[in-house]
Amino acid sequence: MTGSKILAMGHYQPSRVLTNGDLANMVDTNDAWIRDRVGIAERRIAEGETVADMAAAAAGKALANSGLTAADIDLIIVATCSSVDRCPNVATRVAAKLGVAAPAAFDVNTACSGFSYALASADHAIRAGASRNAIVVGAEKLSEVTDWSDRSTAVLFGDGAGAAIVTACAENEEPGIGPVVWGSAPELNDVIQIEGWRPYIKQAGQSVFRWATYSLPPLARQVCEKAGIEPSELGAFVPHQANLRIIDPLARKLGVVNAVVARDIVESGNTSAASIPLALSKLLERREVPSGAPMLLFGFGGGLTYAGQVVRCP
Amino acid sequence: MTSRAEITEGLAEILEEVAGVNPGDVAEEKSFTDDLDVDSLSMVEVVVAAEEKFGVKIPDDEVQNLKTVGDAVSFIEKAQA
Repeated sequence: MTGSKILAMGHYQPSRVLTNGDLANMVDTNDAWIRDRVGIAERRIAEGETVADMAAAAAGKALANSGLTAADIDLIIVATCSSVDRCPNVATRVAAKLGVAAPAAFDVNTACSGFSYALASADHAIRAGASRNAIVVGAEKLSEVTDWSDRSTAVLFGDGAGAAIVTACAENEEPGIGPVVWGSAPELNDVIQIEGWRPYIKQAGQSVFRWATYSLPPLARQVCEKAGIEPSELGAFVPHQANLRIIDPLARKLGVVNAVVARDIVESGNTSAASIPLALSKLLERREVPSGAPMLLFGFGGGLTYAGQVVRCP
Repeated sequence: MTSRAEITEGLAEILEEVAGVNPGDVAEEKSFTDDLDVDSLSMVEVVVAAEEKFGVKIPDDEVQNLKTVGDAVSFIEKAQA
């Protein structure tokens, strides 16, 4: 079975910046409180853009960076939990916007862990021979499901998209996407909710923080073990951008001492399924990680769900 | 069985490690948030460390009722009994 690898990344963020100061004019909060609790300084908010618009923009850039064309793509997977339309899905809209003729196209919803689930699904499809070249996107318009009068959640979220072009490895080439560790904690499935017809995000912050802080380090370590990599060998660690007070301790407990740790949350907020590909695309754009270096991606969130894999830097 | 004073002392050690609270400031009447400046996320870390140290379970729903050090001491004392 031939493995797969990430060929290129791309991302898109809306141009409108919402600062902590702007939020302080909307709800009872302030810059110091937000920076101290979650580490966010600002986030981007979509205006006219839909989830599909942002997904297609990120995917288009990734495609341009990869050297492939729309005609090469046979699979599109979009991870999102904030697309309001049930049908058509976002993946077929991305296909239509990019002019990809007849791809297999589906959405994945595991909230904030979505990109790693989607990436694993693309890797598995390629290994099974069902695809050669895939587009994998994480895209969210959380501003549309945010209650802007709830100060406990309004400060957290942002909009954006990131995308990867995933392609089959050559014969005898080392796989560039390692085995996935994925799972969920269904007994906690009420601690993060976007429920109902015109829903808003609600979360039991302390319960989520407790789970993230104490259950995730061993799972992230398991991803490295499955890939046969020591955490100290990682060139980059790109966890879901939920909270700096989750990210930094997780990095410390794992011992990723030589890795660039993604901290895109500072300028992007929590963009759920978009946060990993968005942060990763920016790291690559700034050439912060050497080509070939192992990078740990680790998503976690609503469900509660988690998924992660070690990938090779393109 | 651990005495109230011993539980308070144990909590002071945890508070120092997790949130940098001066152990001399820790007393039963002190409020975690107002007096000791322990925010809601640090409180989760305190609770998990206390569960380990005292061999008790402190459910998420209970955490919001633990306003003062004394509340926590009473809960742990009862849970150990």
